[in-house]
Amino acid sequence: MSLLTLNSSATKAREGKHWFARTPHEMPETEETGKTVATIESLSRRRKLRSLLMNCVVVVSACVVVIPVISIFWTALTRGIAQLSPYFLTHNMRGIVGGTYPYGGIFHAISGTVEITGVTMLICAPLGIFAAIYINEYARRSRLSRLVVSAVNIMSGIPSILAGLFAYALFSLLSGVGTINGFVGVVALAVLALPTVIKTSLEAVSRVPDTLRESALALGASRSVMIRKVVLRTALPGLVSAVILAIARIIGETAPLMIAAGIVDNTNFNLFSGRMMTLPAYIYNEYSQGLATCPTAHVASLMPCDPQIRIERAWAAALVLILLVAVFNAVGHWVARRSMAGSRHS
Amino acid sequence: MNENELTIRNLNAYYGGFQAISNVNMNIPAKEVTAFIGPSGCGKSTFLRTLNRMHEEIEGARVEGSIELEGQDLYAHALNPAAVRRHIGMVFQHPNPFPSMSIRDNVLSGLRFNSISCKGEAGDDIVEWALRSANLWDEVKDRLNKPGVGLSGGQQQRLCIARAIALKPEVLLMDEPCSALDPISTRAIEDLILELKQSYTIVIVTHNMQQAARISQKTAFFNLTAVGEPGHLVEMGDTEAMFSHPNMPQTKSYISGQFG
Ligand SMILES: Nc1ncnc2c1ncn2[C@@H]1O[C@H](COP(=O)(O)OP(=O)(O)O)[C@@H](O)[C@H]1O
Ligand SMILES: [Mg+2]
Repeated sequence: MSLLTLNSSATKAREGKHWFARTPHEMPETEETGKTVATIESLSRRRKLRSLLMNCVVVVSACVVVIPVISIFWTALTRGIAQLSPYFLTHNMRGIVGGTYPYGGIFHAISGTVEITGVTMLICAPLGIFAAIYINEYARRSRLSRLVVSAVNIMSGIPSILAGLFAYALFSLLSGVGTINGFVGVVALAVLALPTVIKTSLEAVSRVPDTLRESALALGASRSVMIRKVVLRTALPGLVSAVILAIARIIGETAPLMIAAGIVDNTNFNLFSGRMMTLPAYIYNEYSQGLATCPTAHVASLMPCDPQIRIERAWAAALVLILLVAVFNAVGHWVARRSMAGSRHS
Repeated sequence: MNENELTIRNLNAYYGGFQAISNVNMNIPAKEVTAFIGPSGCGKSTFLRTLNRMHEEIEGARVEGSIELEGQDLYAHALNPAAVRRHIGMVFQHPNPFPSMSIRDNVLSGLRFNSISCKGEAGDDIVEWALRSANLWDEVKDRLNKPGVGLSGGQQQRLCIARAIALKPEVLLMDEPCSALDPISTRAIEDLILELKQSYTIVIVTHNMQQAARISQKTAFFNLTAVGEPGHLVEMGDTEAMFSHPNMPQTKSYISGQFG
């Protein structure tokens, strides 16, 4: 729309008809007024051209950003919806053979992802927020906090596969070579989540204006009361986003979990023993196996078989993963909004 | 009738190696308004913040000398700075209600910070009393649970005053409390200060000579000899006398310069 209107006004400018020169009934131009209008017009034409160009750039870059997002959602939705059913959400892959019915489900992967991500955040959220509080409130310019900040910066650059290898190697030393379980996955993800939590909560905490800290102290608050009742409360929405961002960072991690938590068909709730499936690992595992084998047509008429089933399951799982992230986001924002003053009672 | 509320002797204040004020001696009378005037950077805010021990919250900052509140040394070793601040409240230049708190919670925040019980009706009474004292009750009584930051600047500043007096302090320190406000809000705060002086000793820093003349009974003029030098107290006296015939020539030139 704006492009169109701009275009038309640019054309009008080219015709030499300015808003201040144009009248409902065209006036004949004298020599002199024509001249001044012409110089102003050339200036204004350049300006309009530039504004048109800027508009194009803005619209194009907005599209470049938005189109892939919409396209990802759309693809996941259209391709994933077919297999998405209560059955799919409540069953695992135990005893599922080839492409033959029944097709199996992702319950084991959902429970694994929720458990591993949840426990990771239970560890990282308090740890990261305490670190941010320490750095910002107790040791603003100390050597230790500078050290922590640079460690965080380095840590946030660690490739995720390395985090997986680290956790695997650590537990091979601690509890025997080849230890693979949910908790090893938790440790791998914690390495990835912690820098995000620290960085983002540090930002949130340092955005709290110093005048609020001073006001609290001037009202006789001790330092710890000031931090608990003013700094943390004021920074809460930012702290919630820190946690959400960290969840978003780790929930789609695949490689470290394949190394540390493994791939398995059955449901396992025990973090500390046995492999644990997760959604990204499930998606990769299904997709990488390609077409499923089906019996000959004669048998297939008795029992349904879908050679594309692995791909369909992968897309359905991807859709669930996206929805899971959306739910985390919604819950986080709801918590943040609820905690603000005023909305509690009204 | 005017016993001295605050007695300041030989006060020096430092920021690390930099001395901001030098050798201030002053008696601040009870239940009156004392105005601090002087050019920017002469240490008015610094001095004000030594009066409730807020100065020491800045890294490297320290104070020498003595300040007594009704004979009790504020810098005595055994004394907790938080206790001093409960008795000497402070209002800042920019209105700053706590954004995470409702109007009600803002008023009660000081009590909560000090673990003073203010649940239920007792809390309601304190809220109403403090907001009435701050001339804000009628404007906010229907939205006590709405955020404090939703108020206008002038209302926010009166909320900050209510928050400070909810702790029933003896002294109220105000550092240019109107400089961020429009003339009408400024007027409301000035009226309020005149009412509050019945019950509180008030010390106010202001850049506005007319304001000092309107609301204060005592005026203290601070100056500094050169930039980088510490500020000092030039003279202090009854506001009327200070504005009509000051003792020191620099006071005269500062006041008349400001009047234009
Ligand atoms: N936090 C601080 N750290 C270091 N120096 C400061 C600080 N605050 C104020 N100063 C210095 O102390 C002097 C007095 O400042 P201030 O008390 O704010 O003056 P005023 O309020 O009269 O304008 C100034 O030279 C100022 O630069
Ligand atoms: Mg100042």
